[in-house]
Amino acid sequence: MNTLAMLTSTVAGTVDVPDIDDTTSYWRWDFAWEVLPEMLRSFFQVTLLVTVVGTLIAVVLGLALAILIRVLPRPLAWIITWIANFIRMTPIVVQLLVLFYGFVWMEPMTIALLVYGIHYSTYMSEVYRAGIDSVPTGQWEATTALSMPATRVWSRVIIPQALRSTVPSLGNYAISMFKDTPFLIAISVMEMVTTALEIGGFTYRYIETITIAGLIFLVASYLTAVLVNRLEKRLAYQH
Amino acid sequence: MDYLDALSMHASRLWEGLLITLQLTLISGILAFIVAVILGLMAGSTRKLVRFPARIIIEFFRGTSLLVQLMWLFYVLPLFGPSLDAMLVGIFALTLNYGAYGAEAVRASMTSVPQSQWEATIALSMSWQHKIRRVIFPQAWALMLPSLTNLWVHLLKGSSIVYIIGMSEFTFELLQLRRTTDWFFALAMVGLIVYFLIALALTQLMRLLEVRAKHRLGRGPSLKEILSPMPPKTPAADNASDTHVTGGAR
Repeated sequence: MNTLAMLTSTVAGTVDVPDIDDTTSYWRWDFAWEVLPEMLRSFFQVTLLVTVVGTLIAVVLGLALAILIRVLPRPLAWIITWIANFIRMTPIVVQLLVLFYGFVWMEPMTIALLVYGIHYSTYMSEVYRAGIDSVPTGQWEATTALSMPATRVWSRVIIPQALRSTVPSLGNYAISMFKDTPFLIAISVMEMVTTALEIGGFTYRYIETITIAGLIFLVASYLTAVLVNRLEKRLAYQH
Repeated sequence: MDYLDALSMHASRLWEGLLITLQLTLISGILAFIVAVILGLMAGSTRKLVRFPARIIIEFFRGTSLLVQLMWLFYVLPLFGPSLDAMLVGIFALTLNYGAYGAEAVRASMTSVPQSQWEATIALSMSWQHKIRRVIFPQAWALMLPSLTNLWVHLLKGSSIVYIIGMSEFTFELLQLRRTTDWFFALAMVGLIVYFLIALALTQLMRLLEVRAKHRLGRGPSLKEILSPMPPKTPAADNASDTHVTGGAR
């Protein structure tokens, strides 16, 4: 009992072991309240950080990919398309593991940001591609008629119109990236679910920690979904 | 040569892992489809009493992460329920998670079936079963296949995390390789390529299903025409099928 308490206080922060002998109650509120701060800490420090930075990388890289595939000559564009397909169709877990054991000098957190950013950029580039395709041909023809330089065509005409319709799908991918962050357990980054299991490992109480983790996910992804829906309605084309 | 040696040494174990991954993907894929159709039909119902529970189940399993569900089934369920073995836990979690996503795809594609089709079934006073089976679902089926394909690939990718609860599937066996070789990077590339090939096979299979579904609705060529090595027919035939497409889409 004492050693356990010591272990938990060193590893899982301030969490103390409540009475382990108490096996009669399935759910203990005092324990739940005790672990909640630790869970929230890992949620904000890791889960949310990976999601936000990963989304930023994916949004930018995805757009770059979509434009490159459109602009580059056929063979090059084809190669990039298939590399993107490869990344998209292989598990994020294995990608994490490859970088983790392949490039040991890299920080796990850097690997996490890179993998999530790049993996989801391949999804987002598809969204952008659809957005770019949905810009009417007349707009392209108009830019030719005005003999605009290519950079201006993209920055002033095509991208602003293409982006509008992409916002909801990008939001949905951000949400699914958020729900994929527990996969970070594979490279032992202390993300929320990993923290939950760690606490469970020391206290033999899994029910509170894992349930709390699930509830936090549910609430957070529901709130984001509501937000994305609102954005979708605001940005919808008024034809 | 080290690298090839290690690979051939572990080939049989990798193969066993691969078989488990394939089992997970196929069994949970099929079960998830069944769950998706049931929940999707319920969520698309006009009756609140039917729609509401389905919505709650869908949102719950979509909202909580796959790994959380896996862990919950593995660590928490045995406390007051049955203690399932890892394979079952994996199948259940994958089925429920991707079934909920699939339900959304099923519901969305059913609502995308043109309103006139729904009205026509009412005008013909078809029974609910008749209406869904003969009119609505075949049309929705063609619409939902692309998203189901994506979800199936997601499921395959999601199955790679199941090693966490102690299943020796493909990713687990890949990790075992690390212990005996310094070639993990190269071996992991083999792993990625294998996953990629399975995903490609799945998408191609589903594409065939999609072609078939569209052909049965009178749009596009049949499977036989696509799979036959013969060159496509005269342009006249193409034009005919084109008018068919516009006629069908309306």
